[in-house]
Amino acid sequence: MGAQIRVYRQKISSTTSMRKIFKAMELIATSRIGKARARVAASLPYANAITRAVSAVASQNEIDHPLVTEPEKIRRAAVLVITSDRGLAGSYSASVLKQAEGLNELLRAEGKEVKTYIFGRKAQAYFDFRGRSYARVWTGGTDAPEFETAQEIGAALLEEFATDYAEGGVDEIHVVYTRFKSMVTQEPTVVRLLPLEVEEQAVTESELLPLYEFEPEAEQVLDALLPRYIESRIFAAMLQAAASELAARQRAMKSAGDNATELIKKYTRLRNTARQAEITQELSEIVAGADALSA
Amino acid sequence: MAELEVEIVAADHFVWSGAAKMVKARTSDGEIGILPGHSPLLAILAEGELAIEPVSGDRIAVTVDGGFFSVDNNRVVIVADNAQLGESATAGIR
Repeated sequence: MGAQIRVYRQKISSTTSMRKIFKAMELIATSRIGKARARVAASLPYANAITRAVSAVASQNEIDHPLVTEPEKIRRAAVLVITSDRGLAGSYSASVLKQAEGLNELLRAEGKEVKTYIFGRKAQAYFDFRGRSYARVWTGGTDAPEFETAQEIGAALLEEFATDYAEGGVDEIHVVYTRFKSMVTQEPTVVRLLPLEVEEQAVTESELLPLYEFEPEAEQVLDALLPRYIESRIFAAMLQAAASELAARQRAMKSAGDNATELIKKYTRLRNTARQAEITQELSEIVAGADALSA
Repeated sequence: MAELEVEIVAADHFVWSGAAKMVKARTSDGEIGILPGHSPLLAILAEGELAIEPVSGDRIAVTVDGGFFSVDNNRVVIVADNAQLGESATAGIR
């Protein structure tokens, strides 16, 4: 009997200390989400300016640039998967990976080879565990991505894209990340990064793009603009993913904490019942003993 | 006289915006000065310093490491990968 009480006590104390960890992680995630969302907002002026400039060039020139020309046949595709470094974020990484697997299958069904690029230790672990190969991996700082990392990834992917198929290059580039829609909804999303489909914004009368002069030449301007555009798209995806990761972690930790509270309540009840049962038994033993003596 | 409406953005943050009389920048071909009424322009920035002459206050120096800028309708948007404001420029931030 005493043994059972001890077991419940151990369970209660370990659940209590786990709950402390969950609560702390929830608080940390909550305080960081605000910052991550602010960073998403802070990167918008840059992204808008670049998009505007690219569509300005695109709208007045017949673009003939390798980055925007659709290859005749797409034989190999690169997929950049953006997940988190750490777990404890519910199904965050799993749903991105599921989306990536879906894309992989789709691309293979179209007869394309797939080359995988990874950002985040969770995706790396997933691929390592299954013994699957990937081309390159970046880890660290998934919950607060640096622009330098985005530049590095952008440069690596552009280099792949510029390489011929025969030498191992790719013909198109996809990104799988989690889009931050709101605090409660985050959506695993696939976007095709290259070849670019330059969307010419619906031009309204009031903001008809002016006829720009280019310095030095339209082509060089485009040469400098497009890689930046790619980098900014990748960076935006990384920032969105970071905000989503924190939101997912906050939600997961909240429900873990609630669950721990439930468990503590349940074990406390069981412990009390066990203690009461022990007391009752001792009492009835004493009474029985006294009865036996007096009889 | 008309003024220029200047906006400087870096990849991950907003740097500066305000009204200016003149913007001096370095493109890959050489220095270029922009006064109000300049024709629309889209140019590549070279690494280095660009100077902004605000309507009021001292000249502002910004160090950029590449990027581009566009001018249209007296609106100058400077887009840099990394931009560092020189000292004495904080007063212009709004």
